[in-house]
This record gives sequence, structure tokens and C-alpha cells, in this order.
Amino acid sequence: MAVQDSPHVADVALDLAPAKPVTNTTAKPVHRLPVQIDWPTWAIVTTQAGILVGIIGLWEAAATTSVIDAFFWSQPSAIWHTLKIFFTTGDAWTDISFTFRSTIFGFLLGTAAGSLLGLSFWWSRNYAAIVQPYIICLESIPKLALAPLIILVFGIGLGSKVAVATALTLVVSTLTAYAGVKALDPDGEKLFYSLGATRWQVFRKLVVPFCLPWIISVLRVNIGLALTGAIVGEFIASQHGLGRAILYAGQTYDIALVWVAVLVLSTLAIIMYAAVSWLESLLRKGTRQ
Amino acid sequence: MLSSPPKLYVDNVCMTFKTATGVFEALVPVTLSIPSGRFVSLIGPSGCGKSTIFNIIAGLLEPTAGKVLIDGVDATGTIGRVGYMLQKDLLLPWRSVLDNVILGMEIQGVPLREARERALSLLQRYGLSGFEYLYPSTLSGGMRQRAALLRTLLFDTDIILLDEPFGALDAQTKLQMQEWLMQLWSDFGKTVLFVTHDVEEAIYLSDEVHVMGTRPGCILESILIMLPRPRVRTSSLTPEFIAIKEHCLNLLTASAPALPEAA
Repeated sequence: MAVQDSPHVADVALDLAPAKPVTNTTAKPVHRLPVQIDWPTWAIVTTQAGILVGIIGLWEAAATTSVIDAFFWSQPSAIWHTLKIFFTTGDAWTDISFTFRSTIFGFLLGTAAGSLLGLSFWWSRNYAAIVQPYIICLESIPKLALAPLIILVFGIGLGSKVAVATALTLVVSTLTAYAGVKALDPDGEKLFYSLGATRWQVFRKLVVPFCLPWIISVLRVNIGLALTGAIVGEFIASQHGLGRAILYAGQTYDIALVWVAVLVLSTLAIIMYAAVSWLESLLRKGTRQ
Repeated sequence: MLSSPPKLYVDNVCMTFKTATGVFEALVPVTLSIPSGRFVSLIGPSGCGKSTIFNIIAGLLEPTAGKVLIDGVDATGTIGRVGYMLQKDLLLPWRSVLDNVILGMEIQGVPLREARERALSLLQRYGLSGFEYLYPSTLSGGMRQRAALLRTLLFDTDIILLDEPFGALDAQTKLQMQEWLMQLWSDFGKTVLFVTHDVEEAIYLSDEVHVMGTRPGCILESILIMLPRPRVRTSSLTPEFIAIKEHCLNLLTASAPALPEAA
């Protein structure tokens, strides 16, 4: 056996040696770090624009050649036409302003009241223990299910939309601010009291600044929730607003107007989100995060 | 000495805590008499009630029995009478070093401008110049500890309590900080009560060292340190110093948690 094997092995070695001197059949395969080449920004943007134009183009072509039913899907040219009408002779600015105001008021009210409520739990452990189960219940209730009730109580004007938006944002802010309070280092309070501080001083100079990062962290979540609240409020009963425009257009089969309103709404959402993100980064700098 | 009462008099202070398993005796009657301007250290094993004594003196904890007298006046359970530096520096991350240091004065209602002015000269004199407007997160451990100590000093009380201020520092920084503290102490003439685990540190810095025992917390022995001042590093090599250190270590070893057969 050994005599037969040895020439065979020698043959293989001789065959391979001149061609691939380094390679060995039993060697581990060589792995390299995967390399990704980053495209320049213009290439990325061009591709993005291309995809958008492509979708719109396909949509328009499919609608004109009746591949899709233009009655249900509408088509870009009709949407563009409706958009111009909406902004010139239509209610665009009234609706935008209505939805914008409901959202902002609800956002401010919910965030401010919620944060204060959350911070207030610092004042008394008994009070916190008593109120906490109610807050948890409030959190688990789908607030949007209460919207019809809120509309009944607050009427069909701006107030009810603000109320729905507030209801959605309030609980989130409360729980987050309370989480901040719970994370407070008791030694920090000890330091303040050893310096002879009053409870109010500890609250103002320690609790509030300490919890600010928590409060700030929910701003972006809350602006989205406030907008949702405002739109749902408008869906249920309203005379103005982008939500009402969408509902009305849908009921009258004016699909182009549905698209227009959704488009405007998305733009509004993006602008508000960007503004809040900017505010957040500004505040973060202020609180040395 | 006899004509005026001691600066700080801890009069038979006891502390018991109720726990799930019964009553826990943290301190049996502890009496301390500290004259004005003294540097006094407490050393002892963990859980001997050093921090409990501090909390009682600072008024953050009501003793089960006994009194705390400052200048002969009952100060039991009143806050804001002594400067208290906790183990952690507890600098507020959203305030600059300067604004951290003035916290005590600010709470006492000193106008901000005046407080900042007073603090600025002090920061410059005591090794924090150039750091005034930086935020604590950018400071080294030693610098943070300096800021915390100056905050305690600027609170402007005659008595300051320092709870293991240098415990978390590396050996080199610790030595520097001890010199720095000696400088401050001789400049300000405060009455200092100092807690440490480090026997050598206690002897080197103090006029008097109280060795504490545990379960329940009590003072085993008070030792006057008669070594001349100003002290230098080599003081710790003198026979007297070594003798005191040996004595302290023996006391601490004897009071260490008992072995099972001795229990």
C-alpha cells in the first residue's frame, strides 16, 4: 500500500507545484472584507428621481391605456390638475391651517401637560402610587376609540381635534417624564438637601433639568401622534381640515382629490417632523446631552 | 478650650433601622467632640456606620437617640448647617464647573453674579483655572473631585464632612489631592470630618483618628496624632507614624467580621 501510494502523491505534488505554487487543496479559503463603494450624492439623487418619474410615468401610461381603472386609481395628470384647483379656487390653505393648528395645539398641550404630570410624581410617593394604575389604564385604552366621544363633548370645531391630539400625546409624555423621575439619583437629592435646599429648589434645579432629556426624547414621537389625532378627529366630524378633505373626496369618488390631500398632508407632516427634529437637537445642545 | 463648647459635638447618637428580619443596630451610642479647626478622620470597615454618622450630622437622617450640637446649639435634624461631600462628586452635567461650584451659595440665595465672582477667584487659586466654563463630562476624576470639594467649601459652613473623597482616584492623583486638601484646610481653617478606608491617608491628614468597629457601629478607639505639621511625605516613614499605623491596623483586624468558630 505504502509503495503504491507514494508515487501517486508525488505525482500530484509535481503537477500542481509549477502552476499554483501557493495553493494547497487543504488550505482554508481566503476571505476578504466585503468592500462597498459609495456612490456620489448626485448619482443617488438621480436614481431616486428616476424611480419617482418612472412610477409616475408608468401610472399615467397604465391609466391612459386602461390597464388600470382610472376611476379608482386616478392618474397623475388628473391629480396635478386637481392640485392646481385645490390651491387656487379650493380650500387648500383653510384646510392646511386647520389641520396644522389642531396638530400644534394638541402637541403643545399634550406634551406640556403630560410632562408636568409625569414630573409631579416626584413630589409625593403616595400620590404617585395612587395615580399610577390610572395612568397605566389610560395608556392601554386605544385613545382613538374614544374619539367619537371627544367629538360629542367638544363639538365639531377645532377644540375637539385638539382634544384628540392631546389625548394621544399626553400619556406618552407623562410616562416618559415619570421614567426620568424614577431614574433620579437619590444622592443628588441628598446633596441638595445637605446644602439646605427647599423641595421647590430641588425640583427646579435638579429634577426638571435632569428629566429634560427624557421629555425632549418624545417630541418627535408626539408630533406624529398629534397629527394622527387631528386627522382622526376630522374624519369623524369636521367642517375643515385635510382629514375632512380626504373623507369627503373619498365619499364623492373624487380620487384625484384624495391623492392631492394625502400629498399635502404628507408634506405638512414632513415639515413639522423636520421642525421638531431641529428643535430637539437645539434643546439637546442646551441640556448637554 | 474649656470656655467655649466644641465646634461639633455628637452626643450619644444611636441609630437603629427596622428591617424585614427585625431591628438592625447601625450605631450604638457614639460620642464625638471636635474642637474648631480640627482635622478628624473616621476609619473603619464597610458597614460600620460612617456614612450613617455623616447623614445624621448633615441632618439628612434623624437619629433614634442622641443629639448633634453645633457650637453648643442643638442642630439635630436640621439641614444646611454643614458642608457635605458625598462619595460621588455629583456634579450636575448640565452646568459648567463654575455654576456647579456656586450651587450651595445659589441655594442660600446669594445673587448669582456675586456668587460667580467669589467662585472664580477660588477656582483660579486652587488649580481649576481654565476649567471654569467647561462641563464636568470633560474633566478627569481628580478635577471633578476638586470641583466637588470647592463646591463644599464655598457653601461657607465652618464644618465640612468628606465621605471618602479620594476613594475612586488612582494612587498618584490621590497623593496630589491630599496635598491640595491640606493646602485648602490650612487656608480656610475649617473643621473637617473625613471618612476613609485608607489608614495611612487618615494618619497623614488628621489631628485625630477615630477607629470604628462594626455590628453594631461604634468607636473602638480615638487616637490623637501628635506628628508635627506641616507634614511631608516622608513623615509616613518615621517610627511614630508606623507605630500608629500598626496600632490602627491591629484594631481593624481585631474588629473584622468574626470567623465562624469565633462567632
